[in-house]
Order: sequence, then C-alpha cells, then structure tokens
Amino acid sequence: MQIINFISIIAMPMIILLIVIYGVGEKNKVFDTFLEGAREGIKTTISILPTLIGLFVAIGALRSSGVLDLIINIAGPVLNIINFPSELMPLAVLRPISGSGSIAVATDIMKNCGVDSLIGKIASTIMGSTETTLYTIAVYTSCVKIKKTRYVLVASLAADIAGIVVSTVTCRILS
Amino acid sequence: MLNIVWPIFIIISFSFAIFSGNLENLNNSIFESTKEAVNLSISLLGTLCLWSGIMEIASKTTLTEKLTKLLKPILKFLFPNLKNPKIHKEISMNMIANILGLGNAATPLGLKAMDSMQKENKKKDTLSDSMMMFIVVNTASIQIIPTTVIAIRNSLGSTSPTSIIFPTWVATIIAAIFGIFVAKILIKFTKGDKS
Repeated sequence: MQIINFISIIAMPMIILLIVIYGVGEKNKVFDTFLEGAREGIKTTISILPTLIGLFVAIGALRSSGVLDLIINIAGPVLNIINFPSELMPLAVLRPISGSGSIAVATDIMKNCGVDSLIGKIASTIMGSTETTLYTIAVYTSCVKIKKTRYVLVASLAADIAGIVVSTVTCRILS
Repeated sequence: MLNIVWPIFIIISFSFAIFSGNLENLNNSIFESTKEAVNLSISLLGTLCLWSGIMEIASKTTLTEKLTKLLKPILKFLFPNLKNPKIHKEISMNMIANILGLGNAATPLGLKAMDSMQKENKKKDTLSDSMMMFIVVNTASIQIIPTTVIAIRNSLGSTSPTSIIFPTWVATIIAAIFGIFVAKILIKFTKGDKS
C-alpha cells in the first residue's frame, strides 16, 4: 500500500520535473514553449464546452426522468440469469454514459455492500478498468467536427462489456 | 453518432417524464446539468492549460522520440496506415499519459493527435480507420494505478484499498484487447478511409 501510494503521489511531479529538465538541458526556450501550449489548452476547453452541455443535459434527463431506473428494472432479471449481481446493474448501465454519475453510484454500492465485500470489489474493479465511453467519443469527434463515427461506439461498448464481465469473473475467482 | 443518440436520449426521457409526472425532477436536472458542464469546464481549463504547456515542452525534446521508439511495434500494429512521425509522437504521449493515470494530460494530447489525423483524413466528416482505433484505445482506459477508485476505497475505510489493482489490470487488458479486436474486424469489413 505504501509503495503504491508513493508511486501515485510522485508520478505527476516526477513527469513535470523530467520534462522541464529535458527542455532546459536541450536549450529550449522552456517558458515560451509552455505558454504556446497553454494557450492551446484554452482553445481546447472552449471547443469542448458545447459538447459537454448538450451531453450532460441529455444524460441528466435520462437519470432524473426515471428512464434509467426503468431500464435497470427490466435488465436486472435478465442479467440475473447469467449470474451477474443485480446490485451492480445501475453501475453497468451508467458507467459508459456518465463519469460523475458512475462514481456516485459506485461509492453508494461500496457503502451499502461493504468496500471489502465481493460486490464492493467488483464495483471498484469495474470503475478502474472502464472509461466514460460516450464522453470520450463525443469530445474526440466533436473537436475535429466529425459527424460520421462509423462503428466506434460498437467497438468501445464491446470493450466496456468485456471489462465489466472480466471484472466480475476475476474478483469471483480471487475471493 | 450523437446526431442519433442525443435526440433519442432527449425524446425518450422528456416524454417519459411528462407521462409519469416526473417534471419537477426533470426541470431541476436540466439546470443542474448545464451548471455541472460549466463547472467541469472551468476546472478542466486549468489542468488542460497546464498539461498542454508541459506537453508542448516535452514535444520539443528528444524525450518524446525515445518514448515513440519504445512504442513503435504497438503503433505499427494499431495504426498501419499512419506514417507521419509527428502523429506517432502525439499518440505515444497520449498513451503514456493514459497509462500513468494522468487523464487530464492525456486529453489535450489526444485531441492534438485527432487534429493531426484529421488533416490526413480524406473524408472530413467521417472517422478514418486510425482515428477509430485511436478512440477505442482511449476508451479502454489502460492505467497502472487506478488512483480515483483507490482514493474512494480509502475514504470509505477499506482494509486494503489497493487490493483491486491486480483484478483491474486483468480486466482492463482483456477489455482493451477485445475492443481493439472488434475494431480491427469492423475496419476490415467496412470500407473506410485508409488514412
């Protein structure tokens, strides 16, 4: 635990330090270069804001209207057949579409079922091994104004489902 | 994609709320969501600017070239159509940032790589093969230490917050391989732009 803590604390400072030392060592105008890049950061943030607003309103509506609960209620028994714990159903549905929403749901599951219980561990593993797919696709495609995304959603969701299934199986085997 | 997904989300949830009388919740969530998006953007503004600046410094050193060389076999397998060394560099930096768990550093680099790939893309409104694969790799979330979850587990008083690291590695690697495999197959059977 201590080593892991140390690695995760030191990762960011070490990388910044290494890059700045490299830059200075190779005689670059480090601060001017930094400003150039940082200015790009402003553009990036502003260009993704409309995407975020549109996406968040739609996903917020999905949750607050009760549609998501309905989906969970319908899909729950189906997933029970394949032995997928029903407590994890809300997380599995929410994970690809909402980052903050899935963190809230995962925290809730860990609190209710116990952090170190099997369900709590599976919830943690799902959170660690998957990404907010819809958000990533939306941000990455809208920044270059792409409208036709072909099958990227299918492939990414396939990866998410694999991640959720393997998380469940691995935690079961290890416990 | 969002031209289809977004209206579906809106139509289904708004009409469901009207029929089930859940309108107050819906109204609140509409305002809350816009606020949440703006708040996220404001907090992103700082970290994205910082990391864009730091990574700009990195891109002008030989450090990135060394990392790119290290990842060359993976890049060749994932993006057989990409020849431009500048894009290789941007993709490697994005992957390294992802692996180290620096999501905020990975995003500006990833968007830069998308920008460069778009310049070589022949159909400007459609994802090229390489862009599709790149997004799939980014949604797979390969990281050494899942810091956010460990922090949550720690705050909930877990006796071993880091015990999920190993299962996370297994799950994330298998998920990534599966996603890449599906993407490769879909690319092969759909005629895309070869850039």
